[in-house]
Amino acid sequence: MQTHSTGLAYRGKTASIGLARGPFVRVDAAPNGKRASGTREDEKLAIRAALDGAGRQIALIANSAGDEAAQILEFQVAFLEDEYFLDPIYGIHAGAAADSAWSAALDEQIAIYNSAPNEYLRARSSDLADVRDRVLRILRDGVTQVSKVPDGAIVCADDLPPSRFLEIDWSNGGGVALLRGSPTSHVALLARARGVPMVVQLGAVAETAQTALLDGERATLELDPGVDQVQAFARRQQAHKNRTAAHAILRRPAPFWEGEKIRLLINIQRVEDLEHDHAQYADGIGLMRTEFLLGKDGHMPDEEAQYLAYDAVLRWAGNRPVTIRTFDAGGDKPVPGFTEEGEVNPFLGVRGLRLCLARPDIFSVQLRALARAALHRNLKVMFPMVTNPEELEAARNLFADKVARLQAEGILAKLPELGIMVEVPAAALTIERFGASFFSVSSNDLVQYVTACDRTNGALAKLSDPLHPAVLELIRRVADHGRRSGISVSLCGEMAGDPRCIPALLSCGLRELSVNPSALAQVKRTIEGLSRGGPRE
Amino acid sequence: MLETSKANGQNFTGSVRLIHAVGMHARPAVKLTKLAKKFKAHISIRASDAAEWTNAKSVAKVMALRAARDSMIEIKASGEDAEAAVAALVNLVATDFPESSP
Repeated sequence: MQTHSTGLAYRGKTASIGLARGPFVRVDAAPNGKRASGTREDEKLAIRAALDGAGRQIALIANSAGDEAAQILEFQVAFLEDEYFLDPIYGIHAGAAADSAWSAALDEQIAIYNSAPNEYLRARSSDLADVRDRVLRILRDGVTQVSKVPDGAIVCADDLPPSRFLEIDWSNGGGVALLRGSPTSHVALLARARGVPMVVQLGAVAETAQTALLDGERATLELDPGVDQVQAFARRQQAHKNRTAAHAILRRPAPFWEGEKIRLLINIQRVEDLEHDHAQYADGIGLMRTEFLLGKDGHMPDEEAQYLAYDAVLRWAGNRPVTIRTFDAGGDKPVPGFTEEGEVNPFLGVRGLRLCLARPDIFSVQLRALARAALHRNLKVMFPMVTNPEELEAARNLFADKVARLQAEGILAKLPELGIMVEVPAAALTIERFGASFFSVSSNDLVQYVTACDRTNGALAKLSDPLHPAVLELIRRVADHGRRSGISVSLCGEMAGDPRCIPALLSCGLRELSVNPSALAQVKRTIEGLSRGGPRE
Repeated sequence: MLETSKANGQNFTGSVRLIHAVGMHARPAVKLTKLAKKFKAHISIRASDAAEWTNAKSVAKVMALRAARDSMIEIKASGEDAEAAVAALVNLVATDFPESSP
């Protein structure tokens, strides 16, 4: 039948995310045909039996469906037990068939709901239509058994009442495609709770098809798809699976290594990076870069703009720590109007804190903004490219001076915890000389300086080995010093996100790693998979 | 807000404001009718703006009231346990149909 390379595609509205591929099955709610009417007594008995049967079916579904679903079906059960409503129907006038008497009574009720001013009551009309049709199926077709839907089917209907949804076994996949329906309906709620993809308001859909592709995210239904469609669908399905798996990993408790909890933090380049949907799972921000605040045209950011950016990030983090690194310009990050021009070897030049101390005009503005933001107690400030303790102390003095000035101006300010980035081998080798509150190893620059390999030079890629014993030795020194003196040590370079390097970093004694939000799940899974993981017995 | 009064020899009445967020929807209606059915008294209910009284033991009819949030609900009962019935139903609505109720 299907000869086109692409099948039919429809677009609706998302009611439940996820993707499913399976046989296309139309289930039509309204039973057909008419019942041949018997005597008045026959019809009375028939309707009683049908109501009892329907009541039993719904009770059965409710019992096996869990609390939430049972609540949804409770109304239908109560309705079938409502003798004040049902009694008049039993008194069918002579000659009328049970099915038409029942139908007429229910339609009258349904009309009342459909004309209700609020959406909630209108939505309940489908619960009544479901009861009506369930009873009619018994009266007309003698259907007392639930019709079986094949495993993993894409079930297509005009609308699907909760009781019908609950009768279907979704344990082997499948999905729901509705021509009408609503994302706020009870059945949509159930579909989301069970992870069954569902698309509603598809409009008109072909009556028959062999297979269907249902994409709950894009809200599409494709029937008898071509090869290209199937391949594209499979890619989206895999991506969805990966996303779901990543979230499952991130929601698990923190991983352990040799009985110690591993804290996973994130690196951000700008405030918008917090919008990454994995960022929320981080234990804090291990590195907030601030170079994005530096103007491209020698136009330096004012204090207020900086303060607002810091404040936004600190608020986002709540009680979690946020380490903000002061401007790390220079090296491979020249900034016109700020960095030195014409340096022969900028990586070994006036960069990082060296540059900031040389340009107090620019640095002071940043320190003022940070001093104001420090009222958020979760702020830690880190200086990059530090060689000697004197540089840290010079920065501290300048910072303290800014705090005092702000306070003299009547502006609330505070000196936050100060730490250094460890990237210069001289600092790593003499780490105990630094009076820092914390250390953060920047592996990218440390590797470059220890191996004497320009990290921007591809020809040196092989020599520039983060697992070089000299690199690991320096990391171990810093970690050991931190452990002995109770100072926190983290690592925020590419090594932290590299599965090959993670075991070595943990063996060196590191218990805090900071990575890009997109690497968080992968790093966590890597640590969980290591043999020495797991909490201490 | 919560009041019951003996209107005459047989009838007890009460009125109460419906505070439930979605009005008299399925769950509250089921709870109300289940509670009403526990009493022998004949119990009627209406939303304040309606002229007709309806049977408080019928879930179909209680739902059909379509009582909206903040509307006043009136309850009327007659029979041997009428006073207790009105008090119980008024309390159910006033306490916003708590989960522990029937």
